[in-house]
Amino acid sequence: MKRRIFLQATLTTAQLALAIGSGLLVPRRVLAAWPSAAFHATSPDQAIHALLEGAPLEFSDAVHIEASNIAEDGRSVPVVVHSEIPDTVTITILSEKNPYPAVASFNLSPQVDPFVSTRIKMGGAGHVVAVVTAKGRHYYAKKRIQVTAGGCG
Amino acid sequence: MARRMTHKMRASATEGGALVKLLIQHPMETGNRKDRVTGERIPRHFIREVHCEHNGAIIMTAFWSWGMAFNPYLSFRLRKASRGDAVKVRWWDSKGVTETIETRVR
Repeated sequence: MKRRIFLQATLTTAQLALAIGSGLLVPRRVLAAWPSAAFHATSPDQAIHALLEGAPLEFSDAVHIEASNIAEDGRSVPVVVHSEIPDTVTITILSEKNPYPAVASFNLSPQVDPFVSTRIKMGGAGHVVAVVTAKGRHYYAKKRIQVTAGGCG
Repeated sequence: MARRMTHKMRASATEGGALVKLLIQHPMETGNRKDRVTGERIPRHFIREVHCEHNGAIIMTAFWSWGMAFNPYLSFRLRKASRGDAVKVRWWDSKGVTETIETRVR
């Protein structure tokens, strides 16, 4: 039994070291593109400004957010975003009341539908905002979600 | 394989395309939570980047923050796909850990 625990412990450490090693080598170029300023912004406006580098944003009813009006658990709120705007290349999801509102940004190729379904944390009742980029222009939609128990504590 | 993570991915054929559903096991720690027993802050730990491939070509990438739910769920739709096509998802987290999940369209 002791031997088993020892073996497990060494294996885990070895695997971790291996993973960190390969992780540091591989995604260097890729990680550079991670939108740090947007993800560290503390208000939705700041986050969107960082994301779009100040470019204008307009409302569009061709961007759809599907989510329940009431989320029972703010730690995991199902959200579906889809866009009817041709040549949609990115979909970004924000939650207004989070300490850091920008949650996720998806870069889409023409091989996938402009559709993502995911689950986000919500710090409290407020709007979920979807920002969509197509042909160099930016569009948004928002939906208010009531949250029974917050998820950013 | 000690502490092997378990991930789930399914790619189901639809009319001409495929619907991919993916569940990754990951704590997605915000860095705001405290350990209930020790009172110490739990360090931020989250998946930063996800790449999705269809038959070897990257068809979607995603940047995530710690605002994604723990054990993140993602679903997306391939416009053109056939049964047997390879679907692969690779993620990298903030500690440099990376994992690859593979399946075929059914």
